[in-house]
Amino acid sequence: MSLDFSIVGAISVTGLNLMVPIALTAIGEVFGEKAGVVNIGLEGIILTGAWSAVYFSWLAQSPWVGLLGGALTGTFFGALHGYVAIWLKGDQIISGVGINIFALGFVPFAIQAVWGVQGSFAKCSVCGVPEISTPWSPLSYFVPLTIVIAGAFWYLLNKTRYGSMTKATGENPEAADAVGINVERVRFLAVMIGATLAGLSGAFLSIDYTGGITKDISAGRGFIALATVVFAGWKPMLALAGGLLFGFAQEVSSFATTLPAIGHTFPSVDYIFSALPYVVTLIVVATAVGRSRFPKALGTPYRRE
Amino acid sequence: MKLPLIGGGRVLAPLEESAFAALMGFFFGGILLVVLGYNPILTYYYMFYGGLGSLSNVTDMLGNAAPLILTALTFAVGVRAGLFNIGAEGQVYVGAGGAIYASYYFLPAGIHLGFALVLAGAAGALMAVPTYLLKAYRGVNEVITTIMLNWTAYFGVLWVAIVLLADPARPEKTISVAPTSRFPDFLLGSVSTSALLFAIAVAAAFYVYLWLTPSGYELRSVGLNPEAARFSGINPRKPLLSALLLGGASAGLAGAVQVAGRTTPFALYTGLSNVLNYGYNGIGVALIGRNHPLGIIVAGLFFGTLQAGFSTVQLYARVPFEIIQVIEGIIIFTVAAPELYRRFRGSLKK
Repeated sequence: MSLDFSIVGAISVTGLNLMVPIALTAIGEVFGEKAGVVNIGLEGIILTGAWSAVYFSWLAQSPWVGLLGGALTGTFFGALHGYVAIWLKGDQIISGVGINIFALGFVPFAIQAVWGVQGSFAKCSVCGVPEISTPWSPLSYFVPLTIVIAGAFWYLLNKTRYGSMTKATGENPEAADAVGINVERVRFLAVMIGATLAGLSGAFLSIDYTGGITKDISAGRGFIALATVVFAGWKPMLALAGGLLFGFAQEVSSFATTLPAIGHTFPSVDYIFSALPYVVTLIVVATAVGRSRFPKALGTPYRRE
Repeated sequence: MKLPLIGGGRVLAPLEESAFAALMGFFFGGILLVVLGYNPILTYYYMFYGGLGSLSNVTDMLGNAAPLILTALTFAVGVRAGLFNIGAEGQVYVGAGGAIYASYYFLPAGIHLGFALVLAGAAGALMAVPTYLLKAYRGVNEVITTIMLNWTAYFGVLWVAIVLLADPARPEKTISVAPTSRFPDFLLGSVSTSALLFAIAVAAAFYVYLWLTPSGYELRSVGLNPEAARFSGINPRKPLLSALLLGGASAGLAGAVQVAGRTTPFALYTGLSNVLNYGYNGIGVALIGRNHPLGIIVAGLFFGTLQAGFSTVQLYARVPFEIIQVIEGIIIFTVAAPELYRRFRGSLKK
């Protein structure tokens, strides 16, 4: 079987669509981590964002309300996480683990409680937004939107006073405090913004990409996004590139297993592909390139002396 | 000898914090149940009935507690060394894979189980080696490494389950653990009881190591005050390696317990569904148990009771069993912020 142009086209379009949730989440997390707060609850936020996007679409009979609902669900979890991590000086990692465990239970629970079905709800007639038609398969408007968002966050972090303030709270909160920056407030806002993008990623997955909700719709993307942040060295544009790379890897691997030549010689080779983002990230942090780029105050709450 | 269970200041404060977290889980879980039209009291009744209501329910509960105790030890020994080791999740997968792989060999009963446990523990410990190398020689935070390793292990074991351990007759599962390498059912007619006793023995071994050996003392010194430990001549890499390897082995054993010490299914199922989340829930058990082996046994039994309610909640209360995971998530979220309880107490006094 030869690779013809239409297959390359279809893979490229799907690869671009699959870039969106990883890149959006990673860009948001870059912003949060620049302010010194890690959120390993991203996986859970994507999942609940995806659920609530369907729920609000179904309730309001409008996918736009759904998208907003998904994003705001992210904001809500960002606020919870930020409250624990910043104001209560609690442990960020544990809070994130709690959010993930909660979401893994909440989404299947709520699917069954609200719609009376187990595992997935696909009969959402309003769950869908317009897409860009291409000769192969529809391309999501989220693709250009994600590219714009990456650029916007690059600008925000590198060219604005607010961006400098945010970075200062993650690098040296004592110094930031000394020059009059309200460390808690700046960090809280950054965490909420970051989590909002994760919620929006979930809404993209359910409303735009699939048109329904399954209990495992996030499929590890929150963790791939965490890997992408490290891989990208906390740079929004590189997070976009990482999202593109890992999104394409997902699509290529699922396509590769459908090829008889590969599928028969290497059974379940897609599992090996799926491990790729994590292995690549491990290799990146293991090499000298990965050293000392972590925001210095990452993961530690700020206590005023 | 004083049990190092209790921190300074108010003697019962840590226990109160744990109880508070559990109550928060039930309280917010209850609100969610009410909002979605379920009866929380009935739900909680059947949740506990599932763990404590009959003899077979109790053995099921013990079977749930055993792997949780082992993964909680992983996290706890890490915390004692000043680490945030969340790698138990992936180590459980490889441990389960190792224990099943042992069934390709024919060995006498007893020795076979021992062999399976050694393979499982070694697989788990091996999984921790990259975390050590990256932390000790590259300064990479263990949280990053262990998250990446957990997912690498997930897909790796999924792959191994298909190319190496597949059951030719049953596509949904791997081969079953050989009867000779299962835990014995000498108490209450269930393998879970001996699995639990094994987990308790491991917890006791961790206690002895941490509080009664020089190496354990060094490990805790580094965790309490790394600077002071370095000045007193302790090489920080040694405790780091001990904590990661012992933790990895314990989580690997949790995987073995899950496939060789449960009434069913003695195998790995599609998507590793029967070993998922034991590592992450172990973090909750460790925190509720204050990272102390004794507290972990108690907290493990508590989480085990919750999880044993899966089928009864679904069957009798007709509530989706995932509510249990929702409650566990809220409990873990609450223990992330001990300050929450202090503020709650403060507001009660006013």
